[in-house]
Amino acid sequence: MHRTPLYDWHVAHGARMVEFAGWSMPVQYSSIIEEHNATRNACGIADISHMGRIRFEGPGAEEFLAGLLTRRMRDLRLGQIRYSLVTNEQGGILDDVLVGYYHNEYGQPFYVVVVNAGNREKIVRWIEDHLPRELAQVPGREVIWTDVTRLWAMFAIQGPRSFELLESLVDADLEWMRYYNGAQVQILHPAARRQGGIISRTGYTGEDGFELSVGASIAVDVWNAIVELGKPLGLVPTGIGARDTLRLEAGMPLYGHELDEHIDPFQAGLGFACYLEGVDFPGRDALRRLRDQTPKAVRVGLKVAGRRVARQGAPVFAGDQRIGEVTSGTFSPTLQESIAMAYLAPDWAQPGIEVNVDVRGRREPARVTPLPFYRRSVKGTLP
Amino acid sequence: MNPQELLFAPTHEWVHLSTDPNGDTIATVGISAFALEALTDLVFIDLPPVGRRLEAGGPFGEIESVKAVSDLYSPVDGEVIEVNSAVAERLDRIAEDPYGANWLVKIKVAGDVDRGKLLSYAEYQKQCAEDAH
Repeated sequence: MHRTPLYDWHVAHGARMVEFAGWSMPVQYSSIIEEHNATRNACGIADISHMGRIRFEGPGAEEFLAGLLTRRMRDLRLGQIRYSLVTNEQGGILDDVLVGYYHNEYGQPFYVVVVNAGNREKIVRWIEDHLPRELAQVPGREVIWTDVTRLWAMFAIQGPRSFELLESLVDADLEWMRYYNGAQVQILHPAARRQGGIISRTGYTGEDGFELSVGASIAVDVWNAIVELGKPLGLVPTGIGARDTLRLEAGMPLYGHELDEHIDPFQAGLGFACYLEGVDFPGRDALRRLRDQTPKAVRVGLKVAGRRVARQGAPVFAGDQRIGEVTSGTFSPTLQESIAMAYLAPDWAQPGIEVNVDVRGRREPARVTPLPFYRRSVKGTLP
Repeated sequence: MNPQELLFAPTHEWVHLSTDPNGDTIATVGISAFALEALTDLVFIDLPPVGRRLEAGGPFGEIESVKAVSDLYSPVDGEVIEVNSAVAERLDRIAEDPYGANWLVKIKVAGDVDRGKLLSYAEYQKQCAEDAH
């Protein structure tokens, strides 16, 4: 099983370690609910070094990525990050990724594609299949790509106080860093031993927050420095348990639950992430057809009556008719309600419609609810 | 109650046996501190109504945490005579007193208790130590 550079820290701090996508990860340190609430009300730090990171550079990088991802690459501004999908020829989702565009120390562009931990090997193979060596070496169109996952640690610092915590830690002006933007920075702390990193205003919690990548060799020291600096602000380390409840409240899909190779972007409500008029990419023609069809099921939110949780695989009924299936569910610490995401036949996918979920053999009433379940109140923290 | 005087099911329920004035055996059943420590973040407990007949090894309820749901299994055959429904109101605190105020059900035992399927405290501790690895 893979271990992140923080593995020993997690164990020493009482984390319960679980296997997640081939990595040994902390599910929680104290309680999932406490870690969840700290992130909503103050600040949480999560080790997300298991996320796959693939770096692309060279004069052909933009064109290659445009031919692989569902989003446009041409108009990415320096420091901009875009949510994108990787689809197969049938339009099924192979992965959902973030692609960021930066310049290296010579002013030459490079891209960082962040992939799901459980999909990293699949995506690496997909890249190899679509970028044969002879193509990567065409003069003037070279593409150099590296799986940097093990070289860089990544931390998610999320919550309303994360800006205060990080603004003096890096040399970028975070106040003016917009959501889905990032920058290469110097880390203004001796723990970083004069190394830099990449920081972005991104996250998977529904809060304002940042994701920081630093070299594996300084990961523990930088993490400790942030934990120390954050204590007066209420920062706590958070595990993948809270990461799951936070993203669920925020209505964000998780690969292996809401997304897989048999689900297309229109079913998942991710049509916005498909640009079908430009460069060809695997699945583009299929997606053009799917765009004009009624999907057989669409992703919705459900609020389930009572406190029992409808988890992945729970069937959803309207009367005796089976109309879909739950893909994720939890008890929302913020709303104090049982919430779930599900795929339902489109006729039933309207907010307000009453359905039933079979929770371990007992039908519980549920109501189709708009996503997200939780939206932060904007207090001027986001420009 | 002192946990050392209780019997434990391998499925983490504890049971205390006593005799009532009619000579019936009454089993008080709860969930072990070890199980509560492992569960954390409890959000829901489902307990049976008074009068429900239970079989040893059969489910009598469920306990749900943010992360997962677990069945609760009866350590004895019998009939539910009392339910501690107040537990549902303080799920976040039941680990503070799992062997006392936070018992779950009292069962009037039918027939004999199969002690061969139950563990002493020491045996149960040993099982938990093995589970933790």
